[in-house]
Amino acid sequence: MPLLQVKNMTHFFGGLRAVHNYNLAIEPGQVRGLIGPNGAGKTTIFNLITGIYRPTEGEIILDGKNLVGFQPYEIAAMGIGRTFQNLRLWRHLTVLEHVKLARYSKIRYGLIGALFGTAERYREEAEIEERAYRLLEMMGIHHVANQVVINLPYGTQRKVEMARALASEPKLLLLDEPTAGMNPEELTEMVQVIRQIRDELGLAIFLIEHRMKVVMDLCETIQTLDFGEVIAEGTPEEIRSNPRVIDAYLGKEGVA
Amino acid sequence: MGRRLKIVIFSLVGVTLVVAFIFLASGMSPASFFQHLLNALQWGSFYALIALGYSMVYGVLMLFNFAHGDIFMVGAYIGWGIATGLVALGMRGILPLPNWLILVLTILLAMFFTSFVGMLVERVGYRPLREAPRASAAITGLMIGIILETGNLALLGAQRRNFPSLIKTQTYHLGPVTVTNVKIMIVFLSLLLMFGLHQFVRRTKWGMAMRAMAYDFVVVPLMGVPMNTIAALTFGLGSALAAAAGIFFGIAYPVLEPYMGILVGWKAFVAAILGGRGSILGAALAGFLLGFIEIFVAAIFPSTLRDVIAYSIILLILTFRPHGFFGEPYSARLRL
Repeated sequence: MPLLQVKNMTHFFGGLRAVHNYNLAIEPGQVRGLIGPNGAGKTTIFNLITGIYRPTEGEIILDGKNLVGFQPYEIAAMGIGRTFQNLRLWRHLTVLEHVKLARYSKIRYGLIGALFGTAERYREEAEIEERAYRLLEMMGIHHVANQVVINLPYGTQRKVEMARALASEPKLLLLDEPTAGMNPEELTEMVQVIRQIRDELGLAIFLIEHRMKVVMDLCETIQTLDFGEVIAEGTPEEIRSNPRVIDAYLGKEGVA
Repeated sequence: MGRRLKIVIFSLVGVTLVVAFIFLASGMSPASFFQHLLNALQWGSFYALIALGYSMVYGVLMLFNFAHGDIFMVGAYIGWGIATGLVALGMRGILPLPNWLILVLTILLAMFFTSFVGMLVERVGYRPLREAPRASAAITGLMIGIILETGNLALLGAQRRNFPSLIKTQTYHLGPVTVTNVKIMIVFLSLLLMFGLHQFVRRTKWGMAMRAMAYDFVVVPLMGVPMNTIAALTFGLGSALAAAAGIFFGIAYPVLEPYMGILVGWKAFVAAILGGRGSILGAALAGFLLGFIEIFVAAIFPSTLRDVIAYSIILLILTFRPHGFFGEPYSARLRL
């Protein structure tokens, strides 16, 4: 059984059909890509999976459980982590605080423990901190753990967002244009980080990306979306040579 | 963190200088000056505790809860009810408790129950309007305020209530200066509560979530944080602090009436603006500053002119610093 299975999902914004009859199945350890022109409905699909929108029709099944109707915070706690197209960090919180807060659903101490500082709470707090540091080390940003994110360079902020998404130990990671706005060095580093996440944590990754080189390098299979419908699905080679994809998205130069 | 410390030190130095200047300029005797200073601290702690509620809610949800002054009133009445009830039980010999324990129970229980009033206000009044224009929320707040005032009137009548005197006022003479145990207690407990809030916001997961929500609340649920719980908690905390202020007010000025929250609430709102919308530190400092200004203006000028002069001074400050002491221009963040 796949980790995430989306079945015949359709979504309307008023009279506008944003997503039509969308299907997806991801296994753990897989990296899959979603490409398509602007406005094709890529981010809408992410918003549907994470519960921001409720699909008009269809099912979203994670680990055998239908997610439709659950609140976004519940879906996040069930194991879906996500990053955003435009950075959405809490600007004046530190890197460490970002990662710690993302573990909210895993923190067990209650109000009494917090108020009276029980030993249990301190132990838990220490454990959270240790895990957070390990994650930051993996992303190579542990040296800025106590800095406020707004002062960090762009590439580092992207990594903070990734670390935050990983902090709740998701089974599925959704990356919305992880390399948007990056310079070539940051880009290479990011591709390595995504590979490392897949290899070391073994989770499934679903990513939206506009840079064809990145998608082709990383993804095992790719879906192409146009006007809310999947017009092609296959390996990078198949997508690259698919005439419908070239027509709708890649254009003649994009093939190179 | 260093920056925050600097701000506090600068403010303290600034306040000290202003106070010293007032002392020298007014030609008061040291004894009466110190007396006013203590009154100002006590008066300021009411404003500070209430202003914190305004500022926290604004910082997290970007709305001003205009019913907050009336929640202060509700807190005072709940405190009055608990204290009167416990005293009556004690007199009938059913549950004889020492007065200090009654006081502690009154403060804790009133804070607890009033926090639920605050959460109810959020649930019924504000949550349905989260996507609505801000003006709708403001109007709702005003209406909730009126409902709380008139509801109290309907429930308990127009008669004023006396807060039972739980602690016997003791006056200590330190040289020429006299202090009372009540004032010391009120100022001390207020500072303790503010410190507690500070710790809560900085060190717990809920506090962290509150601060995160102030920056980007769309993302917060996607990280597994239940936003509605945090919103309710913010209202609950602010209301609990207002209840504490209400009880302290009842102890210092033992007459309660249903409209007692209006003017105090508006003034605390001014303090929240003066401190910088969304700034907890700013709200606390501005609350005390407001207390200082009011008390010293009244000490120097005829007391009928007090508010005219005091609020002209504040208007002047806001002219030069429209976003308050620690507010960011054009934005509002919960900062601590």
